[in-house]
Amino acid sequence: MAEKQKSIRTPLARAKGLGSARDGTMHWWAARVTSVALVPLCLYLLFYAPSFLPEDRADVLALVSAPVMSLALLLTIIVGFYHAALGVQVIVEDYVHHEGWKLSCLIASKIFFFATGAAAIYALLLIDFGKTG
Amino acid sequence: MADTERPLSPHLQVYRWQLTMSLSILHRITGFGLGVGAAMAAWWLVAAASGPEAWAVFHDFCKSVLGQLMLAGWLFALVYHFLNGIRHLFWDAGKGFSLKAAYASGWTVVALSILFTAVLWFGRVHG
Repeated sequence: MAEKQKSIRTPLARAKGLGSARDGTMHWWAARVTSVALVPLCLYLLFYAPSFLPEDRADVLALVSAPVMSLALLLTIIVGFYHAALGVQVIVEDYVHHEGWKLSCLIASKIFFFATGAAAIYALLLIDFGKTG
Repeated sequence: MADTERPLSPHLQVYRWQLTMSLSILHRITGFGLGVGAAMAAWWLVAAASGPEAWAVFHDFCKSVLGQLMLAGWLFALVYHFLNGIRHLFWDAGKGFSLKAAYASGWTVVALSILFTAVLWFGRVHG
């Protein structure tokens, strides 16, 4: 492909006439919706953040298993980790240009957020139902 | 496709430093940092659920110099990304695009980020 082209669009894109849009709009929209949802959640959690790391484990179990706090944490984990996965995907797509590396980074980041998110939810449920070690 | 010579946007080096460009890249950096730090938030819950020893290990790490630096950095990142994210939502709604408004909101975010981070950090109840 030695030929130079002035347009930013690829020949294939021009032929298809679809612009660059595939599912980008939904990705963008999901990032906004999750960010709006995270505003009250973060406010609530930040308010209690100063007491999140007590020396005594019983204190953190009591704090986390309180109903409103549990629900806030559960929602924040689901929404927040999804928001993070969306954001990291944008960063990877912007800066990692080698196709193989890009795909690897995308897959690794999705697995990372899914795994850590699932671990956090599982631990939260164990605490809620008193099945802790 | 990769060999195609596309038009490039102007190189960053030709720009004089501006507040807005720093806040923009800081939004990405803090967002990425928060994502990485999410593992520590998961560790927090997993340690609490696992048992007294696991909690002690986590708590000791948080009290270490590295742990304190990570926590303080994570707290600042969260406060900044939260405040600047609200700034972005106003832009998404089409508000606050004038130069004056962008700078006013930018400095407001900087000031409030430092203030809230300090209040939350020094206001912490335990360890």
